[in-house]
Amino acid sequence: MGANKIWLYGLIPILALTFFLGAFILIDPVSRLGFSSPPVENLTVERMRVTEHGFTAKIRAEGSEPMILAQVMVDGAYWVFTQDPPGPIARMHSAWVKIDFPWVADEVHHLRFITALGTTFDHTVDVALKSPSPSWTLIVDYALLGIFVGLVPVAFGMLFFPAIKSLRPGGLEFILALTVGLLGFLFIDMSLEGLELSAQASALFGGSILVLMPMVLTFVALLAIGNRSGTQRNGRQLATLIAFGIGLHNFGEGLAIGASIATNEVALGAFLVVGFTLHNTTEGIGVISPLVKERVTLPLFTGLALLAGLPAVPGIMAGALIFSPHWAAVFFGVGAGAILQVIVAIDHFGQSSVRVGHSKSRFTGASVAGYCAGVAIMYATALMLTV
Amino acid sequence: MLGTVLAVGAASRAFARSGHSGKMTSTGQVDNARNGFDPHDMLTDWDTGIVSRRSDGRRVRNFEISAIDREIEIAPKLKFSAWTYNGRVPGPTLRVTEGDIVRIQFSNQGSHAHNIHFHGIHSPRMDGLPGVGEVLPGDTFIYEFEAQPYGCHLYHCHSTPLRRHIHKGLYGAFIVDPDPERHSEAINVARSRLLGTEENARWQELLMVMNGFDVNFDEKNEVYAVNSIAHAFAKRPIKIDRQRPVRIYLINITEFDPINSFHLHANFFHYYDHGTTLEPTSKTIDTVMQCQGQRGILEFSFADHEPGMYMFHAHQTEFAEQGWTGFFEVT
Repeated sequence: MGANKIWLYGLIPILALTFFLGAFILIDPVSRLGFSSPPVENLTVERMRVTEHGFTAKIRAEGSEPMILAQVMVDGAYWVFTQDPPGPIARMHSAWVKIDFPWVADEVHHLRFITALGTTFDHTVDVALKSPSPSWTLIVDYALLGIFVGLVPVAFGMLFFPAIKSLRPGGLEFILALTVGLLGFLFIDMSLEGLELSAQASALFGGSILVLMPMVLTFVALLAIGNRSGTQRNGRQLATLIAFGIGLHNFGEGLAIGASIATNEVALGAFLVVGFTLHNTTEGIGVISPLVKERVTLPLFTGLALLAGLPAVPGIMAGALIFSPHWAAVFFGVGAGAILQVIVAIDHFGQSSVRVGHSKSRFTGASVAGYCAGVAIMYATALMLTV
Repeated sequence: MLGTVLAVGAASRAFARSGHSGKMTSTGQVDNARNGFDPHDMLTDWDTGIVSRRSDGRRVRNFEISAIDREIEIAPKLKFSAWTYNGRVPGPTLRVTEGDIVRIQFSNQGSHAHNIHFHGIHSPRMDGLPGVGEVLPGDTFIYEFEAQPYGCHLYHCHSTPLRRHIHKGLYGAFIVDPDPERHSEAINVARSRLLGTEENARWQELLMVMNGFDVNFDEKNEVYAVNSIAHAFAKRPIKIDRQRPVRIYLINITEFDPINSFHLHANFFHYYDHGTTLEPTSKTIDTVMQCQGQRGILEFSFADHEPGMYMFHAHQTEFAEQGWTGFFEVT
């Protein structure tokens, strides 16, 4: 009986609101205020593919009214284009615009989209080179690249395990702090990348909220899940958690590499791979740091290496072939939130299992040296990355 | 691994095989019917006015011109809020004879003050300056002056802000044919320029007003055209009969760009700057430059040419690529 009453009481305001809104739209009492001024128009170029025949762009309309794309200019000349689907583009909807154009390799090209109202939107193709298109050879190439920049370095880092196992307790504190330092660097790195991406995405999606909300939600969700399985976490669980967080980060790195390949803004070569190897090797050390007091097996190591390193492979493929800035922004937010939670988990582990003495200070000499070393190594190796 | 990477790079370079022809133009067609005017019709729709006689026996040409606000389509699907004379851009082509009294009843049906400034010889009271002959919305003013000198002239609004009033479409051609009786030393040339004579009927006369439109208010034109519609004569070439010589009345009223030009393919022309002489001011040229307000007459013939398509366009390539290109289809 009480439940029915709730439904009834809830229904009345809903009905009243519907009635009010309907009447407002019909009667339009504020029309004299001049709501009939020209619509605000905005357009985002979400994807730009350089094809054999010219350019294919995915545009998203953000205007208050449906937007009509009238003409397209390339380098200050009108070129024939086709739009799919044709017709006015409603708010939040997208369309593919295809322009046959003889682009010149390696040169900059300027595109300009002109709406029926005369508003113009510019987009620059910085380096005109054919965008990658899916094929088996390409998939294999990207898989290889992903393994080299993701899996191999992490595996090398994990090879430091015997060395770390022989460290004194102070040494272990240092390594854990190093892990926190490097994860802290990754957290900030991913957050900033995500914010850049959300700025590139259509403003309709909310800008930085696109990154911050997933970050907060992921952090809270992972904390909650972690708490449900008990507050004490053993080394293996923590190592898995760290590997998971780093795996997410490597997927994001793969996205960035893939997107740069697609827009030809990456100087692919041996130097880049070396840079990633050094950068991600430190991450491998981070994965194994909680395992020093545990029994480890080869399957465990292999599993952790794959979890942490392999996501670079799908990351590169997604980045090169199906990248869209708003989804990438969400992903980076999730990754950052996950990493933040891993930092909390490591700190907890350190307090419960590693730090000794009744003060259990987080800021002993070894720890502080560790935090700084973690950040410094990541920063220095990142300098080598041209992506 | 490096080899694969290099191979990917090589494949992406093997391109540029398409799109070198036919695609560098605007997409679609302008609806001339909805605009209410057709750039092709404007090539030859000389308005000679209503002829009457003054009390002193002088011939008077009477015109009615109204300033009307109107949205026009200047490139397919691209709209422009224009201020027009008689609902068209450019305004009516007034064509009179040297010595006629020109009488224009100008009524302002627009939303801003306008007037008409003529390029010609006349009294300062009829000059169309702000303050003199400025017509508020709803009002009327009568311009009256003698058509002098003969030549290819123009008229445009001179209200302030001047750039906006001109740029939004308030301009048109004003052609004064020479009176053969006043030019006995070159009577045949004069007769060939006078509309209505047998000599003049031999010529294919075309009016071309070079104009431009800034659609996004960045003080640069995004559309360039002859008679307002981008690519109009590229998509629908002008038919030319080889047996008849061609005379073009060319006027430049492009705003924001210091100069415009006309270049003819495969042929050369004689040019009469301002059209105020019966002898060409430049002989045998294929490209002529005009600043805003400059105009002239081009004369050429395809009699010795094969039938085919002959392009003409501004030789500021930027203008050509943004709509100021056309074809003569010579048969």
